[in-house]
Amino acid sequence: MSATRVAVLRFPGTLDHESAALAVQAVGGEPVFTHHMDTSLPEGATAVVIPGGFSYGDHLRPGALASRTPILGAVKRHAADGGRVLGICNGFQILCESGLLPGVLRPNASLQFICRQADLEVADPGTPWTGGRLAGEVLSVPFKHHDGAWFGDPGESRVVLRYKGENPNGSIDKIAGITNLAGNVMGLMPHPEEACDPLLGSVDGRALFAALLA
Amino acid sequence: MTLVIVTVMPKKGVLDPQGQAVQGALSHMGFADIGDVRVGKRIELEINGHDPAAQADKMCQDLLANQLIEDYSVEVQG
Repeated sequence: MSATRVAVLRFPGTLDHESAALAVQAVGGEPVFTHHMDTSLPEGATAVVIPGGFSYGDHLRPGALASRTPILGAVKRHAADGGRVLGICNGFQILCESGLLPGVLRPNASLQFICRQADLEVADPGTPWTGGRLAGEVLSVPFKHHDGAWFGDPGESRVVLRYKGENPNGSIDKIAGITNLAGNVMGLMPHPEEACDPLLGSVDGRALFAALLA
Repeated sequence: MTLVIVTVMPKKGVLDPQGQAVQGALSHMGFADIGDVRVGKRIELEINGHDPAAQADKMCQDLLANQLIEDYSVEVQG
């Protein structure tokens, strides 16, 4: 049987597509890089990853311009059919700007770019994205961002992950990652693709990629 | 061709860390009378065709402003 194909989107300024592709491979999937001007997902792709970076140089607002490109039309149709979508960092910003997830990512309260390992607490264990972990269990995943403060109405989403301990960026309710109410579209600021190899100190990020193949 | 000025500002009541940082700097520089500071952006649009104000308004709603956190205003120049 051939591996499940996962579209890994690339915009001008995307940086983390190679790491995302390695993470898809680490859980047994086949990553397919997908151009932002394409109007449909690659043949046979059953899930989508929108990796991190600085699409369109973060001009206007992070994710704003990428969210208006043709490939997002295909992602919206995929999501409307119940297909799974994982947006990481700039990918999370793109999902919010596109309306696939509620809210918006604002500049960190400190106005600093922050880069470090974080403990993420499972807030809602009932989604596919945390590998069956119980509420309160912790995933060790790094983050690196300047505009990571999620702002919106948590009631319009399902809060999957919160920062444990102090709030690093000023997000509402210490939110690190959310899904839509249906649970098939997941966005988070931390980088699970950088926590899929024992050499990097944690493999907790694999759960999020495994959910793409389930 | 009509020049349309769009002004996008953080909504009142939404934390504006950039404005706060600028306020802090001005205060440290000795501008003792400084009150609240808010930082937004000005976008200049050259628009062809009829009703440039309506076109600019649609552009604001569809892209230029995120109305969760930003207000905008449209001003048509001669």
